[in-house]
Formats: sequence, structure tokens, C-alpha cells
Amino acid sequence: MNPLTVTAVPKPKRNFWNHDFSVKSWLLTEDHKRIGILYLLSITLFFFLGGVMAVLIRLELLTPAGDLVQAETYNKLFTMHGVVMVFFFLLPSIPAVFGNFLLPLMLGARDLAFPKLNLLSWYIYMVGGVFTLFVVFKGGVDTGWTFYTPYSSTYANSHVIAAALGIFITGFSSILTGVNFIATIHKMRAPGLTWFRLPLFVWSHYATSLIMVLGTPVVAITIVLVALERLFRLGVFDPELGGDPLLFQHLFWFYSHPAVYIMILPGMGVISEIIACFSRKRIFGYRFVAFSSMAIAALGFLVWGHHMFTTGQSVFASLVFSLLTFLVAIPSAIKVFNWTATLYKGSISFSTPMLYALGFIGLFAIGGLTGLFLGCLGLDIHVHDTYFIVAHFHYVMVGGMVMAFLGAIHFWWPKMTGFMYSEFLAKIAAAIIFVGFNMTFFPQFVLGYLGMPRRYHVYPEEFQVLNVLSTAGASILGFGFLLPAFYLIYSLKAGRRAGPDPWQAKGLEWTVDSPPHPHNFETVPVVTEGAYEYGPEEVKRG
Amino acid sequence: MLEKLGIFPEAASEFADQVDYLYFFLIGVTIFFVTVIVAALAYLSVRYRHRRSPVPTPVHGSILLELTWSGIPLVIALFIFGWGAKLYIEHQDMPPDGIEISVTGKQWMWKLQHPSGQREINALHVPVGVPILLTMTSEDVIHSFYVPAFRFKRDVVPGVYTRAHFTADKTGSFHLFCAEYCGTDHSVMIGKVVVMEPSEYEAWLSGQPAGETPVQAGERLFTDLRCNTCHAAGSDQKGPDLAGVFGSKRLLVGGGEAIADEEYIRESILRPARKVVFGYEPLMPTYQGQVNETQILSLMAYLKTLGGAAEGANP
Repeated sequence: MNPLTVTAVPKPKRNFWNHDFSVKSWLLTEDHKRIGILYLLSITLFFFLGGVMAVLIRLELLTPAGDLVQAETYNKLFTMHGVVMVFFFLLPSIPAVFGNFLLPLMLGARDLAFPKLNLLSWYIYMVGGVFTLFVVFKGGVDTGWTFYTPYSSTYANSHVIAAALGIFITGFSSILTGVNFIATIHKMRAPGLTWFRLPLFVWSHYATSLIMVLGTPVVAITIVLVALERLFRLGVFDPELGGDPLLFQHLFWFYSHPAVYIMILPGMGVISEIIACFSRKRIFGYRFVAFSSMAIAALGFLVWGHHMFTTGQSVFASLVFSLLTFLVAIPSAIKVFNWTATLYKGSISFSTPMLYALGFIGLFAIGGLTGLFLGCLGLDIHVHDTYFIVAHFHYVMVGGMVMAFLGAIHFWWPKMTGFMYSEFLAKIAAAIIFVGFNMTFFPQFVLGYLGMPRRYHVYPEEFQVLNVLSTAGASILGFGFLLPAFYLIYSLKAGRRAGPDPWQAKGLEWTVDSPPHPHNFETVPVVTEGAYEYGPEEVKRG
Repeated sequence: MLEKLGIFPEAASEFADQVDYLYFFLIGVTIFFVTVIVAALAYLSVRYRHRRSPVPTPVHGSILLELTWSGIPLVIALFIFGWGAKLYIEHQDMPPDGIEISVTGKQWMWKLQHPSGQREINALHVPVGVPILLTMTSEDVIHSFYVPAFRFKRDVVPGVYTRAHFTADKTGSFHLFCAEYCGTDHSVMIGKVVVMEPSEYEAWLSGQPAGETPVQAGERLFTDLRCNTCHAAGSDQKGPDLAGVFGSKRLLVGGGEAIADEEYIRESILRPARKVVFGYEPLMPTYQGQVNETQILSLMAYLKTLGGAAEGANP
């Protein structure tokens, strides 16, 4: 060998980052990986925006009096926090970032079925986001993220239409993503990749996509009706105009309850991947876990009335909705037990993604079990619309989905960027987030049962101690969320090279370079075994 | 003890105690499952950690285990459902006797009226041990009448008359909250429910300026608004005689029928052309803007006192 070549800097391999650096190549990209990255940047921006609002909310609640912001401002803060976090962070988070980035890689495909539609969905999301930002800077909206009528349609004086339009528009990006995923999963699987060889991440995204496609149009229609009533006094929801205010709640929750599963199912998919990899085991009861995703998606459409037990809906309806709500608990329980059983006879290591996965299981268990309190008719009468429900859904959404998102980003960051982050800092951040999260939201269960209603700007003094505790927790949590932003970005500069498969994980995405080539696979892979066929061989870790 | 620590609310009704039993049961279930899951995760993580268990053993699943951990939670879930449903259903039936209180929610205050005419704002005085029967409606947006000490909450919806009830079993002053977000001052739409010994309640009542009772106010309004020119017996009968109208079945122009309940009466006052009784012309003007919700409640209270003479006239 020519000794001169030894000193030559090796030319970096062509990958989806370096094959073209121009701005145009990013803005017009049809590469699912680049679109995933665009989504990652956009949703991170919205996450921190929603986070700033959460900080202001918690600071206001430090004292019983309304001394930091005015009532109207406070109402706008919790509304915008909800709108931004639900529609611009949680709903797109894992599907739009990791679903986009990973589905074709996991399926052995070159891209999603409709790359142009995929780019369009990001643009639609951004247009919706711009409307929302416009609302934020123009003075906000104060209806609560639930937009209940007739307050939203008649009485509110804030930017209801612009905010609703933002949600309406971004809903189409959800629909397009859903259609794209369904088509891709049906048609673009590599030879040999049968349905029951699919990673569970794919199954959960399939279930999620079905909800996106079937549910989102309903909320879009509902928003249009609110806007028509507000603009043209068309009587739909306002009884003064001959409408029915509860009709809105039926329509809204028909989408927004299944939307909860859009937010959690992809997270469950992530957890399955991580648990399998770090216990070197096939997921226990693979088919049960796969079908439980589908069961959640189907049952999720039939439980919306459990948001309405105190509205005076018929007793019979309440009974049916309550019963179905308890049935949804079963597929969720199946997942939790199967993940736990996967550890049995495994060879477990505790890298950062695994810490998030284990944290997810515990927190999701608490989130899910406290859901039983709310689904239970006699008890819901008391805890409905109190801090109990606030605590419950933050355990599911933050304790569940955000933990899964962080698990996902720590798991696939090496694949996306080609670099390893500091495992030490990442573990510290995970611990801080876990402690901060529980300290923020656990006291809210107690507050809720004490009777503190949600969306209260001022509150009676006896609730202060628990609120101070919650705010203290929130400051820890907020600090914890900032850390990954720093060490992940720093890893791009100083991180160790990851190589194609730093975790020695199974799955087609780990067979290609990190970061992957623009076209993913050099040759079409052929699949001959199921997902997670971790062999009995001893794995070297380092 | 839990109350003293400030982590558990005072209970001041029998229903509250029943809700608390269910709550404690559910906390037990939650602690049980969380403990099982966390203990299993901890044990398995340590037992099968990479250092101690360098080589994984493939295990694929077990139908028996799947059935077990679906079946047991299912049974527990159905049990909780049944318990909650029982409590809910039992509490739906209105007690036959009690004190009728009318509640009107309005941005951002609670207006309450006693059957003997006393009005209150953001406070409700009631006797202990007597069922309090609420008829609630809203003048604007949706509110929710929430008394944590009674574990009682019910939405107050515009255009709808919600009937609900509670019975306090302890004297004292308890928070009354609005639990449904209703706009800027939602968090100050709060008040108190003061539960007193019946004798104190009587004394309190007689110390308040009574004014008109709802029935008297309704009777006066019936004349003032000239309802009586068309609707009273012996008038020229452009409109149906309203004696016994409440709760009766009305045959409508164009076919169909309706039960004359609170919503029907309200609609007939505000939008009379919607449902016209068979045999009559749609002559009645709307009273929208001329009567507020409290006045409509008074009119209804008056109509309820009119005897059943018209029963035969309107089969």
C-alpha cells in the first residue's frame, strides 16, 4: 500500500446530510430523512415555546393571588400551552419525526410511498404553525385548547378564528402523513418482510395512521362550524341561535379522544424497539403487543363520551362510555405486562434509551391506572375538571409520550447524525427529568382530589403548599429538558463516530450507514427472519 | 388525619363518603399494580443485567400468561365500572321532597334563589340533612356547579335545565367552585355553601328580605308580559290554556308531539314558532331579550302551580 494514503483524510461517505448543502436542497427535499429532520427542528421550536408558557403558568400558581399576570393573560397562557403542545408538538412528535425518518428504513424501502405529499405535509404543518405563532404574538386566544362552545363561538374576544384555522390547517398535514404511512406499510415492505415480521414501531404507526385519517376530518369540520357560528351567527352550538352547546363536545371529543392515542401509540412503538434491543430479546407476546395497538385504535373511537359525564348526557350513554373506557385499559395493560416480561432471561444493559423506556413503563402505568379513576362514573363526578385530570394526562403525555420521544431521540440520534452523545450527561439529564416530572405532577393528583379546579388563575390559600411543590418540580423538569439540547448539539462537534449499529440492534435501519445514504439501501434487502431475532451470542459493549 | 395534613378534602355529605370509599379502593388497586410492575422491572433488571446474564435466552411468549394478565385486570376493571356505575345511578334519582333552589350561572357569578323568595349571590345557605334540589341553567356560557366537600359537580348549560341534588350531613362553610372554564374571571366565580342546623336556617331565612317567591314573581310576570291575554282560561283563547300544561303531552301542528318540560316551556317563550300546539296559529311573538333566565324560571314555577284542568283539553 502506498504510505501516502495513510495520512490522507478519508473522504466522508455520501449521506443524506452531505450530498447537497444548499438551502434549496433542504426546502425542496423529497427525502423522508430530511423531512424528518425538518420536523424535528420545527417541533423542538414549538416544544420550547409551549414550555415557556408552562413555566409562566407554574410561576403564576406559586402564590394563591393573581400577582404575576392578569387573569386574561393567564387564560391565554394555558390555552396556548395546550394548543401548541397538543397540535404542534405531541401529535406530530414521534410520527412526523421518527415515523418519517425510520419507516422506510425499517421497511427496506427507498422512501415513503408519496415523497412529494410528505414534503407538502411539512409545509402545511408550518403554515398552521405560522397561524399559531401569529396568534401568540398578536395577543393570544383564551378559550382553552378544547374551544368549548358557546364560549368560543360567541363570548370570547380573543383570536379564536386564527387559532382554530391554525389547527384546521395542521390537521391536513396529519391526514397526509397518515395516508402516506398506510400506503407505505402496505406496499413498500421489502421482500420477505411479512406483517408479523414488522417491528412493533411499524405496527403502532399503522394504528396511529388509521386514527389520523379517520379522526382528523371530524375536528376539521367542527372547527369550521365554530368559525361559521362566530363569523356569520349560524346557529349550531349557541342556544341563543338555536344550537346545542353539547353537540360541540361530542364532535370535539370524537376526534380529540382518539387523538390521545395518536399521541401515545407511537411512543409505545418506540418503547418496544428500545426494550427489545437493550434486553437482547424478542418482545414477549409479539402478536399481542401488535394487536393491542389495533385494539386501542379501534376502541379509542368509542369512548369520547367519558369526557362528558357531568354534562347531563343520558345515564345510559354514560354507562356505555364508562364500560368501553374500562375495556381500553386492557390492551394498554397487555403492553405493559409484555414489556416487563421481555426482560425475563434477557441480558439487560442500561444505556440512556433504556432508562427512558423503563421510566416510561412506570409513569405510563400510573397515568393509565389514574385513568380508571376518571372513567369510573361515581368518582369522575368529583375529579372531573380538577387538577386530577391535569395530573393524569400529563402522566400519559409527558410521562409517556415525551419520555418515549426522548428515548427515541437518544436511541436513533446516532443513526440520524452518525455521532454518539455523552452517555454520562444523558443519564444525568434522564434522572433530573424523571425526578422533576414526578415532583411537578404528582402533587397535582392530590390537589385535584382536594377539589382545586383546573384553569384557575387564583385559588384558595389551602392549595398553596402543593402548588409550590409542583412549581419547584417544574423548574427541575425545565432544566432537565434543556440539557439534551446542549449535549446533543455538542455531540455533532465532538461526538464519537457511531458506526452503522452502535447498539448492536436488530432491524433494517441498523444495517445501513449512519447517517444513511440518501437512497437508504444500496440493494433491496431481503428479510428472512422476524423482528428482534437477538441471538444467544454474547454481545460486546463499549 | 389525612384532612389535617391538607392532602384530603373534608367530606360533608353521605355521597362524599361513598365516593371516598371508591377512591381508596382505586388507590389500593393503583398501588398494587404499580408495585407489581415496578418490583418486576427492578428485579428482572438486576437479575438479568448484562454482567450477570451475558447471554439472553430466547423466550417467545405464553398464551396462558397473556390470558392471565388480560383476564385479571378485566375482572378488576369491570368491578370498578360496576361500583362507579351503581353510585352514579343511585345518585341520579331526585329525592321526592326537599328544598327547591334555582341556580343561574352567569359570567362570573352564581345567582341562587330559595323557594320562599330569598335571593343570594355566590353563597347558598342550606339546612343540614335536608335534600337540596337544584334546577340550574346558565345565562351565557357553560359553567359547572362544584362543591368538593359534597363530591358533587354538575355542568350548568345555557338553554338546558339541569336537575341535580345533594344532601349535606355536616354543618359548616364549604367551597362552591365553577369547574367549567367560562372566561376571564372563571377562577373568581367561586362562593360558598353554608350548611346550618334547620333551626338556624329558619332563623337565617326569616332574617333575609324575602321579596317575591318565584311563584309570585311568575304570576306577576304572567300579567306584566300580558301572557294572560291569550293564555288564561276565559281569555279569547288565541293560545292554549296553560292550566296543567307542565309535564303534559302536547300535540303539535304538522304532526308530532312533545312533552311540556322545562326546555319545552323555555323554547315556547323564546322561540314560540318552533313548536305550535295543534289547533292554534303561530301568533305568539318571541320574548327573547325581554325575559332573563331567572324570570323564565319564575314563570315556570308559576306554571307548575296551575292545576290540571287542561289535561283533558290537550290530550
